[in-house]
Amino acid sequence: MKTRFMLNRREVEAEVPARTTLADCIRHDLRQTGTHVGCEHGVCGACTVIVNGAAVRSCLMLAVQANGASVTTVEGLSTDEALSPLQAAFRKHHALQCGFCTPGMLTTAHALLSEEPDADKARIREVLSGNICRCTGYIPIVEAVYEARKAYRK
Amino acid sequence: MIGEPVERFEDLRLLRGKGSFVDDQHIEGMLHAAILRSSVGHGRIRAIDTANARSLAGVHAIFTAADVAKDGPVPSIPLRLAPLPELVPYEQPVIASKEVNYVGEPIALVVADTPAIAEDALDAIEVDIEPLPAVVDCHRGKLAIKYTAAKGDALNARAPYSRKERFAVQRHTAVCMEPRGLLAKWDGARTKLTVSGAAKVPFSTRRMLAKNMDLPEDCIDMLEPDVGGGFGVRGEFYPEDFLIPFAARRLGKAVKWTEDRRENLLASNHSREMDCEIEILCERDGRIVALRGEAWVDMGAYMRANGSIPPRNVAQFLSGPYKIANIHMQSSVLLTNKTPVGTYRGPGRFEADFFRERLLDMAAKDLGIDPVEFRRRNLPKPEDMPYPLATITQPEKKESLDSGDYAQALARCVAEFDYERKKELNGKLVDGRYHGVAISCFIEGGAAGPRENARIELDDKGGATVYVGSANVGQGLETVCAQIASEALGLPMDKIRVLHGSTTYLKEGFGAFHSRSVVMGGSAILDAAKKIGEGAKSAEGTFAGHLHTYSYGAAAAHVAVDPRTGHVQLVDYLMVEDIGRVINPLTATGQAIGAVVQGLGGTLLEHLQYDEQGQFLTATLADYLLPGADEFPSIRAIITGNSPSPNNPLGAKGAGEGGIVPVGAVVANAVAAALAPLGAEPRALPLSPPKVWELIQSAK
Repeated sequence: MKTRFMLNRREVEAEVPARTTLADCIRHDLRQTGTHVGCEHGVCGACTVIVNGAAVRSCLMLAVQANGASVTTVEGLSTDEALSPLQAAFRKHHALQCGFCTPGMLTTAHALLSEEPDADKARIREVLSGNICRCTGYIPIVEAVYEARKAYRK
Repeated sequence: MIGEPVERFEDLRLLRGKGSFVDDQHIEGMLHAAILRSSVGHGRIRAIDTANARSLAGVHAIFTAADVAKDGPVPSIPLRLAPLPELVPYEQPVIASKEVNYVGEPIALVVADTPAIAEDALDAIEVDIEPLPAVVDCHRGKLAIKYTAAKGDALNARAPYSRKERFAVQRHTAVCMEPRGLLAKWDGARTKLTVSGAAKVPFSTRRMLAKNMDLPEDCIDMLEPDVGGGFGVRGEFYPEDFLIPFAARRLGKAVKWTEDRRENLLASNHSREMDCEIEILCERDGRIVALRGEAWVDMGAYMRANGSIPPRNVAQFLSGPYKIANIHMQSSVLLTNKTPVGTYRGPGRFEADFFRERLLDMAAKDLGIDPVEFRRRNLPKPEDMPYPLATITQPEKKESLDSGDYAQALARCVAEFDYERKKELNGKLVDGRYHGVAISCFIEGGAAGPRENARIELDDKGGATVYVGSANVGQGLETVCAQIASEALGLPMDKIRVLHGSTTYLKEGFGAFHSRSVVMGGSAILDAAKKIGEGAKSAEGTFAGHLHTYSYGAAAAHVAVDPRTGHVQLVDYLMVEDIGRVINPLTATGQAIGAVVQGLGGTLLEHLQYDEQGQFLTATLADYLLPGADEFPSIRAIITGNSPSPNNPLGAKGAGEGGIVPVGAVVANAVAAALAPLGAEPRALPLSPPKVWELIQSAK
């Protein structure tokens, strides 16, 4: 089946079997491998992408369901020249070690702060509780997201 | 640069989604593998019918033990660490031929055009297995070997006070966020096998693979990509490390395999499951006279590459940081029909600390001594160093603590945690929860030998490339090695490029285990840099050493237990650890906090469970609970560098595992302090709500 959607502000098209997940389509058909697949059953959050503004687990969505949508992955959060303020805060606070969960953390946090730039630490923890990190113990991730809030205020 | 909180190089690619993990890699025309695994815990394979599966469109090949055995017997996976002839019969064959011994054991390998077709084909393979009784209790399992760690004469020791107790730790494991994967490519014309996805010990894996594939080592390149977490579990030689390259060679193609999370929970090494009976003997003033007992370790179905380490460590490191003259600890290695066991961050040490520290708190209470004072009286002094630990047998290994002021680290933890004030809360019921605090001391071993290698090459633009045999599993090795090289060469950080792990860079390397990467690799870099300083444009460096390093410290926990639900809330947690010399405080502290939270998972949540038939019950992340961002908001780590190790030129000590070592111990002791009014004493992990609730009910 054909699916066509906006991926990081560029129109993309793929011919995939109907059962192909959005995660597999983005990673293997469109070769944007920043989105990671950690569990394929919607628990770990590593594959989180932003679909029409909402954080979505791309392992639980079919590629054909994204037809006509606007999809942002970690690759769409910054330019080659500079890290985004959120990414820079992650680096400053050492909010990543192996970096495998990081794309999902960034997309989840980006979706949160885009909607709620005044989220407090409890709210940040609540929202990030759907993303598993095995390296950092979450403390520096929460600090980084908290610090990045100011960049999202209008 | 050494000692500065340098932001990591690797973050620049990882934060942009530009990392290259093995499943991100693509070779034009590559095929995809999936593995059929045993669905029963123990059984005899009567027949495997692959005809229907072979006929599916897009399936290229199906391999079983019969195919692997065409050129000789099915190879097995040798022990990488502490190998012995007595353990050879328990090595795991790379694919099951006559018998399956755990749920998850590989039976067949499908290679197809896509992963989805390969998985479809798994469903079409018909396997007839005659079920056999499964052993799930290690006390009914076969004894493979019994290790003994001894010092002085503990068996004949006498003292005015003694107490004997039984304790147990449940099966749990690392659960790296990146599933394991391999991408193997065979080039028949050049007799070259290239395997991406190597991690932890690429040179050792190459040696084992070359032997099992009957190839010279230099025909194999093992490539280390970005690696999504190791924690001891990833990167050892697993059955798939043979099967995927084997399929690539047979088909003359590139073959990729990426495990799914169910396979990860089923087939990666498990760890930690053991129980013990230990006895402490003390003078009335609390000085420990002897420690003795036995542990029984559930190894699962086979002895895997590093399976010897948890049972050896629980015996040798039972005494932990304490000065104890008489020790006799045995450890029985018992086989069951479960996933085989290997090392997981702080192997045998997390368990030993839980056993020992629980017993110390019980003894301190019996003797009427404050638990912190009890520990203080038994710590070695700086002038006692090097202080000998128990010596373990088979093969014999002597160990000594290298350096440090252990009482100072304990004092710092007591002060920063405000222990004297907080302990007033012990056993108090506040808003429906019983509060308790505890402090435990710990050590962390590091710097496994025998040696490590590095090479530095200067370029024409004033920069240097540093090659090192240590491996990266996500801990930030690139940045930390660049800091060491920057200081040694007198070059700015941005003029240094660090390449590590892969077998293509150096003639020999030893990788990342036993907290060795920075100590051993960093010391090798110093050696190479010295030669560059003497005028060479390119130089190789080596550091050889068998003496281990011991980071040390103390951890404190404050818990609040709800007696109605059994829920343990962690109110506050602090650890203080001295790691000899701090290279990068940002990464050292980050790993310490991460290790604490991973340990809290093993203490409160995580449990790999089986039923009586050996059926695996926790194959999803909905069944196997990991810590989340909202559970443990108050964790602090203080990392110091007061006591450089005398055993390497950097003065560094292995770090990154210490944080996890005391977690089960100190949290259980805090729970015991909280529940003291009810008389409940935790003797087993995990302290999950149902288990704590049962503990409270049985104490009533």
